[in-house]
Amino acid sequence: MSPTEPLLSATGLQKSFGDTRVLKSIDLRINSGQVVALVGPSGSGKTTVLRCLNGLETPDGGTVAFSGGPAVEFGGKVTKKESLSLRDRSAMVFQNYNLFPHMTVLENIIEGPVRVRKRQRKDAVADAERLLGRVGLAEKRDDYPFNLSGGQQQRVGIVRALALQPDLLLFDEPTSALDPELVGEVLTVIKELAEEKWTMVIVTHELAFAREVADEVVFMDGGVVVEHGHPDQVLRNPREERTRRFVQRLLNPF
Amino acid sequence: MDWDLLRTSFWPMLSGGLTGTIPLSLASFAIGLALALVVALMRISGKAVLSGIARFYVSVIRGTPLLVQLFVIFYGLPSIGLTIDPWPSAIIAFSLNVAGYAAEILRAAILSVPKGQWEAGHTIGMSRALTLRRVILPQAARVSVPPLSNTFISLVKDTSLASLILVTELFREAQQIAAFSQQFMMLYLEAAAIYWVFCLVLSSGQSALEKRLDRYVAH
Repeated sequence: MSPTEPLLSATGLQKSFGDTRVLKSIDLRINSGQVVALVGPSGSGKTTVLRCLNGLETPDGGTVAFSGGPAVEFGGKVTKKESLSLRDRSAMVFQNYNLFPHMTVLENIIEGPVRVRKRQRKDAVADAERLLGRVGLAEKRDDYPFNLSGGQQQRVGIVRALALQPDLLLFDEPTSALDPELVGEVLTVIKELAEEKWTMVIVTHELAFAREVADEVVFMDGGVVVEHGHPDQVLRNPREERTRRFVQRLLNPF
Repeated sequence: MDWDLLRTSFWPMLSGGLTGTIPLSLASFAIGLALALVVALMRISGKAVLSGIARFYVSVIRGTPLLVQLFVIFYGLPSIGLTIDPWPSAIIAFSLNVAGYAAEILRAAILSVPKGQWEAGHTIGMSRALTLRRVILPQAARVSVPPLSNTFISLVKDTSLASLILVTELFREAQQIAAFSQQFMMLYLEAAAIYWVFCLVLSSGQSALEKRLDRYVAH
């Protein structure tokens, strides 16, 4: 992989639901080790971008390519193998955690490594325990999700994604469903992952957090990328009127 | 009260239950449930032809009497050259019947599992089939135990209809002894009591199963 080749490049992504054009034409380049914050008003298409990258939605048009993989062109016939090749490069952390309620914390984490990646159960368990220790949940390994707080569940959700060792971690508003006092513990984990150079795309409304951890902020509105760049530039000194209004609204809601 | 007859008739009836009613119920329920899963998956497949076939099947099964279904298979099919013995006829009829009802239960149970669970399966690399087996069905099972238990209990009682196609089971024993002794009231109440006990056992089995499947849900 040449140093200039991005880990992920998406060009001209389009997606409509019925008559609503959610993504008009999205370009996105993400370098290895980069943390990208995807911000914008609700309905701007941020989550849909994330879901397209993970194969949870199939774009109507555009191209998605991971380094070392094929450039998958959407709009025509996309083979199952192609779309799966995309899916396996990334893992999603969901807004509502989506843990498997009938499995313990440990079982949630090793399910993918053991059932899909065919790793030895023993190794997968050792890895899971190490990761759980890192997010401070070692003693919760045999609990069922319903016994955990939202913040704990989301940390398990993050570990479940990490356990697959994906090239790219996708966070879909990871703290939006949390009580305010639990947001910090999840953001701390994400910040640590950033320091460890995990490549991440984070859809978030936490602008202060975005400014702190992101290398790049992408501001979306109405299905297009309005502007992108360094967090200080986009969030403190936006070039575009739409960005300015959005940032103002979040900073001064009343 | 003819205590002697009560005693001597009890064993043939119980043995009819143990060697007829129960195996017939278990076999039909197992086959019916497997078939029901296929029908339910066809129904929610999103493929017009498959879901149409499934819908038609459920409609026919639920819209016609079980006794008629049983007679079509045992007395009807021979006239087009297909003769099936009483036991297999009964198992076929009951399985097909259970499948019609259980398919709707399973369909609703599968649809009751939040969409996010499918997505979580997807994101950790699972195929749809693996997600169904490992993630969706275990959760659907919890929801479907009470209605499926109803179906099973109905089935146990409905197997008495097999007496009409010469299957030796609990009720056929009762009928034969009653015809011989003319003690209809006592013998049919005795049969009813044995069915009732069978169903009580099933109900307690249902409670135990529900408890087990509820262990991961907040109370």
